[in-house]
Amino acid sequence: MTGVLAVQGDFLEHEKMLEALGEECFEIRQAKDLEKPFDRLVFPGGESTVQSRLIDDLKLYDTLKEKIESGVPTLATCAGLILLSETVDGSEGFFKTLPVRTKRNAYGRQTGSFFTTGSFGELEEVPMSFIRAPYIEEAGDGVEILSVTDSNITAVKYKNQLAMAYHPELCEDLRIFKTFLEM
Amino acid sequence: MDKKQQYKLNKELAQMLKGGVIMDVTTPEQAKIAEEAGACAVMALERIPADIRAAGGVSRMSDPKMIKGIQQAVSIPVMAKCRIGHFAEAQILEAIDIDYIDESEVLSPADDVYHIDKTEFKVPFVCGAKDLGEALRRIAEGASMIRTKGEPGTGDIIQAVRHMRKMNSEIARVASLRKEELYNTAKELGVPYDLLVYVHENKKLPVVNFAAGGVATPADAALMMQLGAEGVFVGSGIFKSGSPQRRAEAIVKAVTNYNDHKLVAELSEDLGEAMVGINEQEIEILMAERGI
Repeated sequence: MTGVLAVQGDFLEHEKMLEALGEECFEIRQAKDLEKPFDRLVFPGGESTVQSRLIDDLKLYDTLKEKIESGVPTLATCAGLILLSETVDGSEGFFKTLPVRTKRNAYGRQTGSFFTTGSFGELEEVPMSFIRAPYIEEAGDGVEILSVTDSNITAVKYKNQLAMAYHPELCEDLRIFKTFLEM
Repeated sequence: MDKKQQYKLNKELAQMLKGGVIMDVTTPEQAKIAEEAGACAVMALERIPADIRAAGGVSRMSDPKMIKGIQQAVSIPVMAKCRIGHFAEAQILEAIDIDYIDESEVLSPADDVYHIDKTEFKVPFVCGAKDLGEALRRIAEGASMIRTKGEPGTGDIIQAVRHMRKMNSEIARVASLRKEELYNTAKELGVPYDLLVYVHENKKLPVVNFAAGGVATPADAALMMQLGAEGVFVGSGIFKSGSPQRRAEAIVKAVTNYNDHKLVAELSEDLGEAMVGINEQEIEILMAERGI
């Protein structure tokens, strides 16, 4: 059972990918949703400022951070990567569970958004949509680098956390989600 | 990058805005309030629709300098409006690196026959629609996001409700047709056949669909979400009200938890005065009639 953060963003697209692989999902919109048992966690794409604001206001922060730190397998894309990062644009991050330094809107505005293919760990030719995307400027100790796009780090794994700057949920390729479900 | 790929990325940016609230702002200070309150994007314009209505006269694209000021003030996407058919205004907005262009009936139309050929642009467009035909025509022209027209600047939700319900019932009808009936329906609606086939097979528009025009309260936002909107534009409703910050925050939360009636009730408390509003019978210009 996967809990998908559904305060804002493209959470439905994540649910569809996971359900295609036979995984059951439910949406986390408020504190009482976190009382349900779940063994995986997804932080979808969207606007990180909105999501962080709602996570605070809806009193989800402590439980979510606790779950990530307790080892629940966690997938984070784009805005999700920003939420997990220890440092964002030189300032302190939000959950700070992922020891990386991340740059927001690193490719500029929408006209800088792009599509490419690349490798993700051992997976080749993975389709990658970068939408007003961030990238990782520096990864800390113990962080495994899974994707590098034009010399910037764009996907990493650290313990139970899998995070990427691009959007695997917007393509038809299920391999990254499969990797996540095998964690 | 080819046009098809660019169009896909532009539709995907709209997907990132889902479940969010896009707010009209006229100054960098308002933009910061909106971002702080949880807006997923801001619409930069010189005058909000209620004031455009009050001022009368020809309403045009905003001063690029004013838009740039707002771009510098916030990190969320910034949208701006150009007049229907005014591709030169759209070119200017693209040149200043705007994230989304709203080819909008709120401004005075520049062309009474043609909309902008949006496929010629790299930057994405959102357009208003009253029904399925309008929505699919705008998508055929290259729009990568649709919103209901509603009736901007009124604080009256009735037209947004009408447009959303009409679109939903037409989508349901198209989905229930037999495949050989689609050609004739495409002709009747004045839309491309392939887009109608998409609606028939997927029971939805091929792009994200937001509600806009007349949203003034958390309850209005919850109403539109329950009617199937994927997010909400709030124009005059916030900065024409008593306490903009509180109202903006409440609407953002109502959009996330639109099905939790108790929470929406709490959010509706103590918001101060809502914008005064005008009923649809009392208005002289129906902006929704612009561009069909």
